[in-house]
Amino acid sequence: MSIPVTAPSPYVYQINAIQQIYQRRTVLDLDELQIRQGEIFALVGPSGAGKSTLLRILAFLERPASGQVHVQVDGTNWMQDEIPIAQRRKIAMVFQRPALLSRPVRVNVAYGLRLRGNYDGKVRVEEALERVSLTHLADALPRTLSGGEMQRVAVARTLVLEPQILILDEPTANLDPTNVRIIEELVQDQNQRFGTSIVLVTHNIFQARRLADRVALIIDGKLVEVAATEDFFENPKDPRTAAFVSGDLIY
Amino acid sequence: MNTFVEALLEALRLILTLDPVVVEIALRSLQVTAIALVISAVLGVPTGAWLALTRFPGKRLFTAFIYTGMGMPPVVAGLAVYLLLSRTGPLGDLGWLFSLRAMVIAQVIIATPLVVGVSMSAVLAVDPSLGQQLRALGATVFQSRLAVLAEARVGVIVGLVAGFGSIISEVGAVMLVGGNIDGRTRVLTTAIVLETRKGNFDLAMALGIILLGLSFLANLVMALGQGRLSEPS
Repeated sequence: MSIPVTAPSPYVYQINAIQQIYQRRTVLDLDELQIRQGEIFALVGPSGAGKSTLLRILAFLERPASGQVHVQVDGTNWMQDEIPIAQRRKIAMVFQRPALLSRPVRVNVAYGLRLRGNYDGKVRVEEALERVSLTHLADALPRTLSGGEMQRVAVARTLVLEPQILILDEPTANLDPTNVRIIEELVQDQNQRFGTSIVLVTHNIFQARRLADRVALIIDGKLVEVAATEDFFENPKDPRTAAFVSGDLIY
Repeated sequence: MNTFVEALLEALRLILTLDPVVVEIALRSLQVTAIALVISAVLGVPTGAWLALTRFPGKRLFTAFIYTGMGMPPVVAGLAVYLLLSRTGPLGDLGWLFSLRAMVIAQVIIATPLVVGVSMSAVLAVDPSLGQQLRALGATVFQSRLAVLAEARVGVIVGLVAGFGSIISEVGAVMLVGGNIDGRTRVLTTAIVLETRKGNFDLAMALGIILLGLSFLANLVMALGQGRLSEPS
């Protein structure tokens, strides 16, 4: 049932001609995009450009209307329709606005481990809470937490899973600078210490510059430019990229 | 006024001495209510959750029927059950008219739309993004739905308590289909009607106090449940 498509590649994602259509409107139309193993890849672009749609496709939460996504998990390439649940579970996603269970923080952090049949992950849960500096709130209920604390719980519940791929949809939008810094450091730490491949959508081009190895600009569902971070900001090839990074593009 | 005070005192005596007639009627009320509530929950909670979580053609129409059912006069439900179970009715051969079964059927018809409606609201009140976010942690669709249902549990329990209250205090339908037969189908509400007409105000009052007390207990449980939702940890 799960036959490898190709030999291991330097790419964690290979996207070929994917389109996504909502109610006859094409919201995403990408010819080709590769995301490399172990990099932090940032997607920037105006609201409604299709960034979040792409992330949901990469997280296998929705299927594209057409085209193929290949993902490399456990050293094997999988087609989107053929990836087994065990491999799909190596991918985790953090959303802009966290939705938590109305159970104590530690139960939220343990949720994904329990799905994987690991009812005994106490130590890992404690470690994850420590990484997000929420040990003191382990028994608190989410409704008593601040927005930043809730987002850190959402980050902890993904990190505890030791994902090979971490997908982040504007994880620091609407957060205060302290929490932005904490979450950015966690993302970098996860990438550097564990080699986790990270795909990040952000509104904040400074964040993209701080974190990413490569940056892509998407406008109206189409890829405008993909470049190494420094080139993207210093030597943009496309005039729209230049306008975007200089703040001239209104969005 | 004098009658009222005398009746009240006598009622308290009947309750405190555990008068066998009073106890028997109260227990029968609880029995019918409990059975009807369990059946309504088994039918209504999954239906409500399904309505909240899925889309299908005709859903709006179905939902409109449910809301109509929530506001249906109980006596109309009683009449329908009466006609179904009467000797010449389609289910007349069962011989269930004027039995506890008939009363349970009527109560289930009254309470189920209520349980469906409240369960649906409770599930809809859960953050719509939760299911997707749990799937992004590796949950299957089924597992994410289970978790959403668990999130709605307090709302569902509130709905069941509301159902309990509506069933135990219902009089018209159980009178029609149960027949208020002494020792067999007489429950708190029908007994109160009968004893009041007979002028046995003390007995009627005793039964009324018990009915009020049970309703109060149900609402207390509901209030405590809601309190747990809103109080800080």
